[in-house]
Amino acid sequence: MMKAKFWRQGEPYVWATGMALALVLFLTITLLSVVIANGAAIFWPQPVALAELTDGSRVLGEISQQQKRPQSEEQRYQFKTGNREMYSLDFRWVDASAIKRLSHPARVTVLERLENGNFYGYLREIRAPQLNLPAATGDTALAQALTAIAPQQAEIEQLNDTIAELNYRLEQVQNKLAGLRHQRGADPARLEALAAEERTLKGRFDELATRLADQRSALNQHEAVFIDASGTEKVIALADIVRAYQPNTMGVWQKSGYYLTRLRELFTEDPRESNTEGGLFPAIFGTIMLVFLMSIVSFPIGVVAGVYLREYAKEGVLVKMVRIAVNNLAGIPSIVYGIFGLGFFVYGIGSSIDQLFFAERLPNPTFGTGGILWASLTLGLLTVPVVIVATEEALGAIPPGIREGSQALAATKFQTLTKLLLPMASPGILTGFILAMARAAGEVAPLMITGVVKLAPALPLDGHFPYLHLDRKFMHLGFHIYDIGFQSPNVEASKPMVYVTTLLLILIVLLMTSTAIYLRNKMRKHYAVVDV
Amino acid sequence: MPLSHIPIMPVDNPQVEVEKLDLYYGNAQALKSVSFGIPKANVTALIGPSGCGKSTFIRCINRMNDLIDTIRIEGVIKIDGENILNPTMDVIELRRRVGMVFQKWNPFPKTIYENVIYGLRIAGVKDRTMLDETVEKSLKRAALWEEVKDRLHQSAMGLSGGQMQRLCIARAIAVNPEIILMDEPCSALDPRSTARIEDLIRELRGDYTIIIVTHNMQQAARISDYTAYMYLGELIEYGPTKKIFTKPVKQETEDYITGRFG
Repeated sequence: MMKAKFWRQGEPYVWATGMALALVLFLTITLLSVVIANGAAIFWPQPVALAELTDGSRVLGEISQQQKRPQSEEQRYQFKTGNREMYSLDFRWVDASAIKRLSHPARVTVLERLENGNFYGYLREIRAPQLNLPAATGDTALAQALTAIAPQQAEIEQLNDTIAELNYRLEQVQNKLAGLRHQRGADPARLEALAAEERTLKGRFDELATRLADQRSALNQHEAVFIDASGTEKVIALADIVRAYQPNTMGVWQKSGYYLTRLRELFTEDPRESNTEGGLFPAIFGTIMLVFLMSIVSFPIGVVAGVYLREYAKEGVLVKMVRIAVNNLAGIPSIVYGIFGLGFFVYGIGSSIDQLFFAERLPNPTFGTGGILWASLTLGLLTVPVVIVATEEALGAIPPGIREGSQALAATKFQTLTKLLLPMASPGILTGFILAMARAAGEVAPLMITGVVKLAPALPLDGHFPYLHLDRKFMHLGFHIYDIGFQSPNVEASKPMVYVTTLLLILIVLLMTSTAIYLRNKMRKHYAVVDV
Repeated sequence: MPLSHIPIMPVDNPQVEVEKLDLYYGNAQALKSVSFGIPKANVTALIGPSGCGKSTFIRCINRMNDLIDTIRIEGVIKIDGENILNPTMDVIELRRRVGMVFQKWNPFPKTIYENVIYGLRIAGVKDRTMLDETVEKSLKRAALWEEVKDRLHQSAMGLSGGQMQRLCIARAIAVNPEIILMDEPCSALDPRSTARIEDLIRELRGDYTIIIVTHNMQQAARISDYTAYMYLGELIEYGPTKKIFTKPVKQETEDYITGRFG
């Protein structure tokens, strides 16, 4: 009796539905907490430990992991020892039993360098007579020296910019020249003038390049001498030091300041050391721009196609087949879209564009190679079915009385569509758009063959006419994760960056979709139909 | 029992003249040779059991049936002497002259103000004062002004069912049609709201030719000048309401009116 009632009321099914939801929530939360736990604390300065080993040697570094040795109860520690050029490895496992004494010496300095990763050691002296530094010792002296070389570094930076600008102009002139030579019967006077300009620019370029080399070598004469844990001396050029800090003496405020500095670097700087250090700015920029371009492509096409299917096409076998095809398109593996993009956009359309408009640059391709335009078109193609289906469903959900009411008031079908149906369907259309955007931001496979690179020399948007360079290759956070996580020679050192990049990608997707959700909710409130 | 076809009853000053109207849904015939004249500035009620073709019939008058692909229409409907079933007829122009109120109220998810002037906006009217005046005039005629004058710019979705239906009537009046079609306008309303709408229809009589489909016999008797009884797609009897309800000519009509059938 009781049992029959139990089953009839469907109690177990209610539990099953609840459990399914709980499982999904659990997995999501686990994923997010792993990423956040590993990604959020990376820029927080860790104490540096000095381990004196039983064999008399010393190990200096951050303790990055501790675990039990396989098949034994013994603890072991993983030290991030840095000093890659000296020990050839950044990380080293040390058994707990081998450690005689573990301490945190106050004077340890950590250097972030342009090359070879971190350096852990003690400052001995600064060799920079030309800087006329005030007499000071230790870390103060190092900080003063680093400040003192800043103007020189800024000068070099400026020189670099000038050279890049010159380079760009030279390229323009050379392109023009190539174009003229490509045409038969070009004006020889103009050809001569351009050639002369090219020579002038080249001369200036060489001059600046020499000056840059001189300045660089002058800058590199400023050095600092450090000793590592085992007492070996190491001379490091001041210009190589990105940042120096003493984690064992820093307070919470100093650490917070350091954290914010690193965070700013992450958002605004270019990557260093084959992407394992430095910032992510080009990748963030590339990701957002890619999604933006993708939206411009996929949103209008999807909405218009959906409107046609629902409002204008006569229901029949053909429309049914189109609908099935559209639904199936959404299920095709993204790499297939990538291959299609490569074959159709890059080799097909891109090569034709090159032959028609950029013939003088051939065999160097302009559009006939992967670029942000082709990647976003490919992603647009990939997401268009989602937008079509959402548009169709949103239009279908509008009560038929609205259409009749409007047309009975002498509105044409088109007026009904633009004045009533599309605004009313907009929340549903936006929902599809959110899904499309989230999918596009997370796709990597199709990008890998249509234009993403691990290091792009220039952003697709800059100050040079025509400002938007759709032919350029770009960086992308999703590809960045793959690249530094699995293609990097130094996996252990790049691990933190993988987490940070993942966290950032999730945050960007979250930001973009929440903006769209906010818009949708506003519209939903505005166009809600009360059904009494 | 054979249902014989009756000739067009001559009415004074007919505005809508229907001649031998046949309508098919695919192969099924829904209207069979319907002929009659609908007098100007009067209220004409269409009664009959469900599925007899009343709604289908009034939807012919503003060509709402054009929206359905499977429908085929033969015959003639003349409004002021012009055949509106003619393919060259401008449907948009026709619908400006023939307004419609539906069984299920269908205000748009816009403000009350925008709902009323929707037809004018569609027609391209931009003059602000004219729009304001039309809103006030139409809402007053629809007996809704007092209730909504302070919230014209709030969503129409906040109104009650009866108010929404009156808003739909105001919306139809706003474009100043000659004929208003009403397809069971009160069937989903409570008695109080129904009474208000009936009052309103009596108010509008004289200015508009009103054709109303109703299932409610008392309602037809209360508000209409002429009544047509339809059954299975045929017009059985048509005449002044008083005569139909007191001395019907046909036995079927009497059976239906008295409740012995239907």
